[in-house]
This record gives sequence, structure tokens and C-alpha cells, in this order.
Amino acid sequence: MADLVKFTIDGRELEAPAGTLVIEAAKRNGIEIPSFCYYEGYSLQAACRMCLVEVEKMPKMQVACTLPVGNGMVIRTDTPQVQSARKYTLEFLLTNHPLDCPVCDKGGECELQDMVFRYGAGESRFTENKIHVDEQQWSPVVFYDAPRCILCFRCVRACDEGTGVNALGVINRGAISLIAPNKENHLECDECGQCIDICPVGALTSGTYRYQTRPWEMEHVGTICTHCSDGCKTTLGVRQEEIVRGNNRDRSGINGEFLCIKGRYAFDFYNHAERLQSPMIRVNGKLEAVSWSKALETIAKKFGEIKARGGKFGIVGSNHTTNEENFYLQKFARQCLETNNIDHHRTGDVTTLVDALSGTNGKLATTADLYEKKAFLILGSDLSLEHPFLAFQIRANFRHHAAKIYTVTANAVREENYGTKAIRKARFQELEALAELRDELAAQPNLVIVFGDSVKGEAVRQLVAFGESLGIPVSYCALVDYSNSRGAIDMGLVPELAPGYHASGSPGLNLKEMLAAGDLDAFWVVGANPLQHEPLKANRAFVVVQDMFLTETAQRADVVLPSASAYEKNGTVTNGCGEVQRLKRAVSTLGTKPDLEIVGLIAKEMGFAPQMGPWSPDTVYNEIRRSVKGYDIPLPMVTLGAQQTMPVNGRVGVDLNPDLIASAHENLFTSGTMGRYSKILNSVIEKRLNNAPTTIGEPAQSQPSHTKPSSDQPPGSAHQ
Amino acid sequence: MTFSPELEARFEAFLAKYPADRKRSAMIPMLIYGQDEVGSITDELVEEVAKRVGVTPLQVREVSGFYSMLHHKPMGKYHVQVCTNISCLLVGGEELYERACQKLGLGHKQVSADGQISLEEVECMGACSWAPAVQVNYDFYHDVTPAMLDKLLDGLKAGKAPEQISEVQKVNS
Repeated sequence: MADLVKFTIDGRELEAPAGTLVIEAAKRNGIEIPSFCYYEGYSLQAACRMCLVEVEKMPKMQVACTLPVGNGMVIRTDTPQVQSARKYTLEFLLTNHPLDCPVCDKGGECELQDMVFRYGAGESRFTENKIHVDEQQWSPVVFYDAPRCILCFRCVRACDEGTGVNALGVINRGAISLIAPNKENHLECDECGQCIDICPVGALTSGTYRYQTRPWEMEHVGTICTHCSDGCKTTLGVRQEEIVRGNNRDRSGINGEFLCIKGRYAFDFYNHAERLQSPMIRVNGKLEAVSWSKALETIAKKFGEIKARGGKFGIVGSNHTTNEENFYLQKFARQCLETNNIDHHRTGDVTTLVDALSGTNGKLATTADLYEKKAFLILGSDLSLEHPFLAFQIRANFRHHAAKIYTVTANAVREENYGTKAIRKARFQELEALAELRDELAAQPNLVIVFGDSVKGEAVRQLVAFGESLGIPVSYCALVDYSNSRGAIDMGLVPELAPGYHASGSPGLNLKEMLAAGDLDAFWVVGANPLQHEPLKANRAFVVVQDMFLTETAQRADVVLPSASAYEKNGTVTNGCGEVQRLKRAVSTLGTKPDLEIVGLIAKEMGFAPQMGPWSPDTVYNEIRRSVKGYDIPLPMVTLGAQQTMPVNGRVGVDLNPDLIASAHENLFTSGTMGRYSKILNSVIEKRLNNAPTTIGEPAQSQPSHTKPSSDQPPGSAHQ
Repeated sequence: MTFSPELEARFEAFLAKYPADRKRSAMIPMLIYGQDEVGSITDELVEEVAKRVGVTPLQVREVSGFYSMLHHKPMGKYHVQVCTNISCLLVGGEELYERACQKLGLGHKQVSADGQISLEEVECMGACSWAPAVQVNYDFYHDVTPAMLDKLLDGLKAGKAPEQISEVQKVNS
């Protein structure tokens, strides 16, 4: 730790490590120094002049956001001079800022509004006309209203430094400066919307949220994004049983305030017009809506018959359902239906990694490790597009701690722009690059190895052997696709393994074998779409599908049950790094039920209720805690944050067929299982496809015009 | 985009002047000399400079939009710049500018119909000791009086090059 420096702020004797900025030192001691442009984690700008403070023996006021504390420094943040400086800075910021708070999306959570309220003058002395520029739409999700912009450069830095996209810039100078997008009049970027969230005013607004509601009219529900396996916390703004926005401004959760396009906007699949809201039964070849009791009765009867005559079940679980649902489903399959024919779409070789690491502890990388460790080896993954949050962590690590990044990929990836070394290797041949990297990697203080689905089976063991031979602390992350892919394997949604990676001991069909088995009697699919690309050979099998939509698989079903989405239920999910987090119900869709309840109801209908126990998420979670190694995490830990599971400490003892592992390699803009039903995600994809530059004006370059203020905004009128 | 061999050589020299990871330092001189040859800061020039200094085109536009001597549309063959910053203002710079506007029938950053002459009201050009000052392209005119300005502008309007207007003494920059 750096030496401590002693200094005084507002008469309080304080100390902080050398190099600490005055604004940070004040904040850590509960002293507020207001600022707009200063933003923790991004480069310093000193553009807004809001944080001026008095420093003894310095002739002029100093910007607290760029001044490091010094020994014996005497700082004052609340003198009449500082107060008037704040007041006049705000008066300047408001010279061209429209007073349209009543129609501005930011009203109520606007930093400028709050600052003016607290530190500003009651009225403005400016009588000049305000400079007006028309609002511009840069993409389906990003709008820019230049007059509201206070030019703090936060959005520019979040885009350049945070995401590495460099899509925003500031053009012109002085009062006519504007934020400009990278392509003449539109954006070509990740569409992550971080620029919108980070904007302290309503200059950048969101295409989905604008004019929808007021911040205080929403209930804010913190849950976990259901799209990829990174497990970002997203806080859903809910108004009248409707999700109106997703963000994470309170920085709770492992992802701070990071969200990608899917986490921020693609929540709208839940109220898609094609959402199933009633159970359906096939009658004369056509699916017809029936009551829940009729559907459950039909399933129970048929399942009972099949079980009684020793028929063959095939059960497919989901990568999106909760740990509780997965646990409950496999328990029902194994204990009640007495079959081991249970599987899910496997997207990464977690099992072999866990097995190869047997006898060790703390070898699985956490998302925090990606920000803290010193070196990274990324194999076979375009991290920025497929695992945006993990890439964001590593990029921040590079920015703040100069982390070394080595990539071995088939194609160019964004990490190469700041990586130490990039090696081009075809998929499945990534390990060939290890020999040439050995010396360099061994010289690092520690290392995290992140690998995609092309490293599987024996290759994982070789990779771990390589990592362990480097003589430095190495941790690993096997990338998986979906929000609970890791949880699915942890909960034993494979024939070979019971929950907690214990050998199930009895044979069972895997997904491929189920599809190929001509004599399958029942095929039960919970939240998956195995028939999207492959047919079900057993054409006489009784097919039950629980899903949100009439997928290719559901279209083949004999009974379809409408299930609740991840945003409509409680439970826990485990992200790719093995961190268990809690889902919280935000909304409900009429007619649907969580998969946990559906499985419970089927069990009850078949008379297995006593054996299965109650289908409340907390009860099932408690059973998981007791019986699944690694999940003995107290619920409050999961509720308040994330805690990593340590699945097993011994050999798994079962080799899973690596051929079954295949990632879909969904990126930010490919619509995955859920994304295909998101209107906003599809509109962005469509816009990107036909983004031939339009020639309608040149908004980004247009010169501001001086217009007469409207009658309700007389110049010099009192600020609110 | 290709440039004349002379300009290419100049660009080479600029780029060689800075460390490999600070190539962007060459951006401003490349833009200004590129503008002299191309006529203005065109999208093509922006792209080319961005490529050569290793930044995004938007980052070049951020710079080109900031400096008023970088023009996004072509100026006249003779670009008349009248300083109205403080030193010149005190000794009649503003009157000179207004006189030029009337004489040429042009306003700030406007170009004559034949593309020969353009006018710009500029900030300090570093000639305060000889205020008021006027600049035509890269040549300075010191201690300019209204009579001198008239002769200069009349000459330019008559199609003469600045060096052919013998009544007014230019100072090479």
C-alpha cells in the first residue's frame, strides 16, 4: 500500500494513500464534492468545473477531481467562495440547457436537476436566446438531444474506455460543441446503452424508455439477466406489471453498472404477442387451448401409463431455468419416473474442468478475478461479443492495472487491440499455441485461463496440465452459453451425473440418443428447443413441452404448457464463473406458471407430492444446500450478491462425451433462444443490416441555430 | 487517397517526428497541409489522416471541428482573414472587417461566386505588435489602414495575385 498522506478537509484531519484524488478522499470520508465529469473508473476530464475547492496557499480554486492529496494540504469545500463558484458554474451550464424537465426522461433522477436544487442559483441572469439543435436519433435505442448536453464527456469515455468501441466523440467547440456518433448521422456500435445510463442529464435517452414513465412511478426489481451466462444483475423498472426499462445504476451486483444490449433492452420478449398463455392439447392433429387441470391430468395419466408398462422416457431440461427447477426436475425424473434419461444442451466443458481440478481449491476464476488478476489467456472465444461483461472486466483490468492479455482465436477479436499477443489458430487447434506462450505466461505473477467450447474433453485436461506446470497461480473459466448453463450441469441435468457431479451410477440416454431412439415413449422438454435443428425419430412418442413460445419443439408437442420467464419467477441461477445469484420476480404473465410449479403439479397429479416436497423456491433451495456440494451457501449471501460455488473437490469419475458440447456462439446481435422474441433487439439487428448511410441532412455536423425561446421559457426566468 | 510527392514527403516527416505510439500528434499539421492541397477537410481526407495516424475518423473530426482554420468546405483562392481580437479591435480591426464585408459583399467564411476570394473574421494571429493585422492565405499585412485594405481588396477583385498588388506591402509569414 502506498504511503499515507495526512491532510485536512473542512477542518477534519484525514489520511489517504498518496495519489488519492481530493474528490475521492472527500467522498470516502463522507464529504460531498459535487461533480459531473468526474467518474470513478474512467479517465480524468476536468471539464465541468463543478468540483472547485479552496486549497490553502494556492492562489486560485482547484479542481478536486484532478488534484491528488498532499501532505499538510488544507482543503475547504464549503466556503462562501466555493459556494458561489458552484452557483455560477451551474448558471453557466444552464445557459443553453432547456428547462424542459417536465417532459425530460431524466426528470427526477437528473444529476443537474439535483445539483441546481442543492447548490444552484434560484434564477439566471442570462437574457440571450438559448442555442437550439434538433434532437437526433442515432439508432433504434439511442437518441441525442444536444441542448440538454452539458459536455461532461462521460459518454465518450464510457464508450472509448469502457467498451473499447470508440463510437462517440465531441465535435465543434465552445457553446456549439456537440456529441457526435461515429457514422455521420448514426451509431455503429455495441448498442449497449451505457452512454445513456452514464449521462448525468437527459441528453442521451433510450429508445425503449423515453416518454414511458417517471422514475418514481416504477418499482425497481433487482434480478439477473437471463440472456448469457455472465450473470449480470439488471434492475428492472416495473410499472403496473410491465417492465419499462433495465439498468443497474445502483451498481449492485457483480457487474457494477455494466449491461450489454441484451441486458438493458432485450427484456421485452416476455410480452411478445406470440407468448403462450394457455395450456394446449393436440386434438385431431391440432393444438387446442385447454384448462391447466385438463392438461395436467392428461400428462399425469399418460406418464403413469408409460411408467407402469416400463416405457422409455426422455427428459430435456433447460439452460435458462433456475437451479431449483433443474434440481426438482431431475429429482422427479430419477426418483419418481425412475429414469436417468435426462439431459440438456451442453455448451461448455465444465465437467472435465472440475474433474481436472480435483484436489484443489479456489481454482475457478470469479468475475472479480477478471478485474484483479494480472494476466489472461483467452482461447477460442470472441469475448467482447459473446461474453460482454467478462470482456468489460478484463478491459477495465487492462486500463487500471495494465493486465496482460493473450488471445488464441480463429478470427480477429477486440481484445487484440490492447492485448499483449494475439495468435491465430483454427477452432480445436488452440492448444497448439501454448508452447510458444509458455515462457511469457510463466513470467506473470498469476494467470486466468478462459476457454470456449472448442477446448473440451481431453484438451481441457491438457490445458489444466499446462496451466499447473507454469509454476504460478492459475485459475480457470470454462465459458458456457446461457444464464444457467452452469447450474444445469451442477444440478445434474445429464444422465451420467447426479447433482453435485456425483456419478449417477446407472445408464441413461443423452439428448442425442433420445432424439435418435425410435422407441421413446415420452419426450418431455422443459424450456428448451431440441427439435429446432434435429428431428425426433420416435414419431409415436408422447411429447410434453413447457415453454414461453410455440417453438419448433412445442409445435411437435402433444401437450404444451405455458411457462413463466426468468423475470416472472424467484429462484437462483449460477453464472459461467459459478456464482450463485438470486432471481426476483418482476412481473407476471397471465396464464403462465413457473416451471418449478408445473413440475410440482405434474408430480402431485401423479401422486408423488409427498416424495417431491413443496415446490416453493426457498424450500427446494434449502434441499439443494443440504444435498449438493458447493451450494451450501446461505440464502442471504445469494440475495445480497453472488457467491461462487465450489462444486467438488474430488474426481468426478465419469467421462462425459465431449461431442455433445457445442456452443451456439450467440453474440450481442444474434437473437438467441429468447432474443428472437425481443422486439427491440430485432429492430437494432434490422437497422444494422440495412444501414446504408442515409443522406437526410447531416445532423452531427449541423450548426446550431438561434431560435426564439418558446413562450413558456422566457429568457432569464427562474430555474426550478 | 493519394497526395502530391511533396505532401507525401511532408507527411512522412511529420509521422517520423513522433514516437510510434504517439502518431496522432501529427494529426493537426497533416490536416492543415492536407487542406492546402485538397482545398478543404473532406471526408476522404479525414479517413486518410485517421488511417495514417491510427485513430478513428470521428477522432479526427473532433479535432477538425475544433480548429477554426480547418475548413469543411473550400475557401476562395485568396482567403482574406481579418483579426478582430483585442489588440486589433482596439485600433480598428472591427472597422476593417466590416469594411471588407461591404467591399467584398461577403460575410464570415463566405466565398465569392467565382471562388476567388473568401473572407473570415479570425481570432488573434500573433501579430499584435503590428495591429491591426490582415492575412491573405499565409501572408501577413501589418498596420493595415482602411486605405491599404481598399487597395488590397480592389487588387484581389481585379484578379491580381497579392504579390502583384505593389501598393500594399505584404510580410511573408
